[in-house]
Amino acid sequence: MSEINFKKIDWLSVMILSLLILIGLINIYSSTHTNLIDNIFSLKYPFGKQCLFVFVSILLFFLVQTLPFKIFEKFSSIAYVLSILSLIGLFVFGKSISGTTAWYQIFGFGIQPSEFAKPITALALAKYLSELNVSIKTFKTQFYSFLIILIPIILIVLQPDPGTTLIFLSFFLVFYKIGLPSIYLNLFIGLIGLFFLTILFNKQIIIIYIFSLSLLLISYMKRKKKSIKKIIMYSFVFSAFTLSVDFIFNNIFEQHHRDRFNIVMGIKQDNRGIGYNTNQSRIAFASGGFFGEGFLEGSQTKGSFVPEQHTDYIFSTVGEEWGFLGASIVILLFSYLMIRISKRAELQRNLFSKIFAYSTVTILFSHFFINVGMVLGLVPTIGIPLPFLSYGGSSLLGFVLLFSIYIKLDSQRSSKW
Amino acid sequence: MKNKLLPILIISSTIIFILRLFWVQLINVDDVQLSNKNSVQRVYNYPERGYIFDRNNKLLVENEPYYDLMIIPKDLKEIDTIEFCKILNIDKKTLINKISKAKKFSYFKSSVFLAQISKADYAILQEKLWKYKGFNIQRKSNRNYLLNSASNILGYISEVNDYEINDDSYYESGELIGRQGIEKAYEEQLRGVKGVSYYQKDKFNRITGSYKEGIYDTVYKAANDINLTIDFNLQTYGDSLMINKFGSIIAIEPSSGEILSLVNAPAFDPNLLIGRDRSKNYINLKNDTIGKPLFDRGLQGQYPPGSTFKLVNALIALQENIINDKTTINCNLGHYYSRKRFMKCHCKIGTINNLDKAIYNSCNTYFANIYKQSIEKFPNSSIGLDNWKKHVNSFGFGNFLGYDHPIGRPGLIPGSKYYDKWYPRGGWKAATTISNGIGQGEILTTPMQLANLAATIANRGWFKTPHLVKKISNSKIKKEFTLKKYTTIDSIHYEKIINGMYNVIEKGTAQNAKITGIEVVGKTGTAENFIKINGKRLQLTDHSIFIGFAPKDDPKIAIAVFIENGYWGTRWAAPIASLMMEKYLNKKINRKYLEKYILNGNLIDEYKKPYLKSNFKINE
Repeated sequence: MSEINFKKIDWLSVMILSLLILIGLINIYSSTHTNLIDNIFSLKYPFGKQCLFVFVSILLFFLVQTLPFKIFEKFSSIAYVLSILSLIGLFVFGKSISGTTAWYQIFGFGIQPSEFAKPITALALAKYLSELNVSIKTFKTQFYSFLIILIPIILIVLQPDPGTTLIFLSFFLVFYKIGLPSIYLNLFIGLIGLFFLTILFNKQIIIIYIFSLSLLLISYMKRKKKSIKKIIMYSFVFSAFTLSVDFIFNNIFEQHHRDRFNIVMGIKQDNRGIGYNTNQSRIAFASGGFFGEGFLEGSQTKGSFVPEQHTDYIFSTVGEEWGFLGASIVILLFSYLMIRISKRAELQRNLFSKIFAYSTVTILFSHFFINVGMVLGLVPTIGIPLPFLSYGGSSLLGFVLLFSIYIKLDSQRSSKW
Repeated sequence: MKNKLLPILIISSTIIFILRLFWVQLINVDDVQLSNKNSVQRVYNYPERGYIFDRNNKLLVENEPYYDLMIIPKDLKEIDTIEFCKILNIDKKTLINKISKAKKFSYFKSSVFLAQISKADYAILQEKLWKYKGFNIQRKSNRNYLLNSASNILGYISEVNDYEINDDSYYESGELIGRQGIEKAYEEQLRGVKGVSYYQKDKFNRITGSYKEGIYDTVYKAANDINLTIDFNLQTYGDSLMINKFGSIIAIEPSSGEILSLVNAPAFDPNLLIGRDRSKNYINLKNDTIGKPLFDRGLQGQYPPGSTFKLVNALIALQENIINDKTTINCNLGHYYSRKRFMKCHCKIGTINNLDKAIYNSCNTYFANIYKQSIEKFPNSSIGLDNWKKHVNSFGFGNFLGYDHPIGRPGLIPGSKYYDKWYPRGGWKAATTISNGIGQGEILTTPMQLANLAATIANRGWFKTPHLVKKISNSKIKKEFTLKKYTTIDSIHYEKIINGMYNVIEKGTAQNAKITGIEVVGKTGTAENFIKINGKRLQLTDHSIFIGFAPKDDPKIAIAVFIENGYWGTRWAAPIASLMMEKYLNKKINRKYLEKYILNGNLIDEYKKPYLKSNFKINE
């Protein structure tokens, strides 16, 4: 067990992470601070609890560093199965909070298994895709890798937790990275674009456009019979998708989902009801100005006008109290950390470590993109936490687990497998 | 592409987010001004409105507390509705309506349940309020006018309207502003400057503490108290003399221009326009089309000055060397002022008048003559008339006097342009305008201008702009009120007409104005009175006018009295002026018979005449 080599640990990444957690603690304190709190470390209040979670995170980090690095590969399948079982168990033992059954209640702490499912699914994917006889270019591999993410997705959709579902969908980026044919990504992007177009415009018009576009393409490519077949297939797939999106949006989605979309798409203006969160968060940002109102001075924060401000909307506290300067620094820290991880991922000699590093970046990025975009009013309101900053034990520990494993694998770059 | 995808996504979203932050936090922040932030509440601290005293420090206007019953729906508990309704004098339906209205407004915030509870109800309510959770009493302050008649001077206060809120950024909805009179003219001094505190609110609109430890808070600036130039005793005495008469009494201290009394009749109690019934009361006052209590006759009424204006014409003739004090003019029941045009006079045939006698007998012939000569002295009537107008304007006629009361009228002094309009291409001469010589015709003056004339004569040629405020605490009165304004007439000429005016009282038209021990000087006037009712021009009984001052050689009070439809100046105006002088100078009235005659005098029937169906006689 001579594998702990502290010199090889990427301490800069660890420092950035620690800084982000510290910023999170400060802003959780500010968001939940009232004069009534006598003991700030009391476990009755979010700040005290988060301090405890941070302490556990530190232990977790060092525990992961001391474990033999091969253990992650070895036990990833078992961990995946346990994780899926814990997600299934929610339907029996889970606790519902505002309509979502995503928590186990143990000793007064809510444990959210989907937060741990993220790093574990990443491990499982890395394990499967790094096997010698596996290539993402084959249909079989594609099928199994999609299945690995589809199982948790189905279980999480049923909770229902659309935010976490989106995170699992982002694993497609990893597949793409390691050689999934670009047709899938093109399809994926095309379908997403089509989804928004369908919501914005009339479905008949879009279908007419799809077919006239394919006719145009066909007339340009008279010679290649193969591509003509492809184009016709695509146009049918897209048309079917448009029809189904229209159906899903209008018949399966509930009104509040539709409203959230409509507000971000600018179809609807509403500052009191559904748009309230976004509007309040914007006011908080605007009152921050360049330098911010200062620690514990944010007036919107003090008045708790922004809902969920210590969890999903923690970034608006940063914006109000630390201003443009503080908020930009947080964004740049995230950005630098993610770029750093993705660069170091390329240096990994071992495929398992490489794929896991890609997953780490992808998970961090999808959280960062959706959360900050939502708080800044750029994407619809989707409830997912900002990694390391948002209040919540499961999410913090889940991210720290992900990060610690990455650091551990990264530090073993030169080790023999 | 595959290797670059993640870095591209990361970097592009970083750039987009930072640009978005820049936009949201630094560029597009207009809608998030301090005042608009929903987390900050502004609370104003109002200084107590300034008190108003008379010239002798007698309190005229004070602030009186009143009580609003407030409700906070979230604190409501079950109550004994029968008792509660009984205390408040409301029925159960009203109670339920008001509670649901308050709930609609806000469940957490306090709102007015019942405004301006009477003192009596407050006393009962205060004892029992502990039983009614969710209700509390808010103390507010309103004006209490202790001078019950001088609404024309004091004005009143009421909530600002939308125009005022838009015009003046100081005011916000629900705040009070001075309306009319001193309350309006000295609004800024009386109100002070409100202070403001900012509070941090939570999402339920509850105040949780001071905003930023109060660094944006300001302390209010205290209001100023005001001393009026009004003499409370004289003012109220004037009011009593004017009972059952319409008109005005204006008394001025000549040496200072201070207005000692400004009586308008019929008067109304300013307290009527304060409190819960103000709209109802206001409509009643407005609908009184005979008495027109909202119309200030002293400041807004424009009437022909009648014979009192002969004094001005005499002074102009003296200044223009048309006459001296020995010049005589014959009068034979009047005179022909042009071929075939005769002006009547009450002088007997063969009367020879000098200036003195012309004044105390108020001879039309004399003044029409000198007026005509004053104009004809010049190469043409236009120059002559405009020269005359220049003299008249120097007395403050024909324009706003510039006193510190928000209402007023300029009156009218016609010049050449005026007549050119009516008689184009020079079709008019001095004779055309002859009525101006005796204060009829086109001339219009306000009683305030006539009072100022009396003060100017008393000062022998100058006046200080009449004003109502003597002292403002922590501040000075306007400098323009302390400046002497000279007329275009030399001081020596005044003495000549003052002799005549003295004889008006001693042996002329106003012998009933004589006061033992005080040398009174004055001049009566009788102004023809035309009104239009339903488009028909009617002549009514003449207005009774008197101007004068006393004592003759050391004037302490100058006065103008104007009694609508009072007929001769002697009949009402002169004795009223004389009683006012006696009251002011002697502090008591010795001529009880005269006082009784005035107090009992009633002209109401006279005022109703034109509104009766039957024909009526005038000048009875």
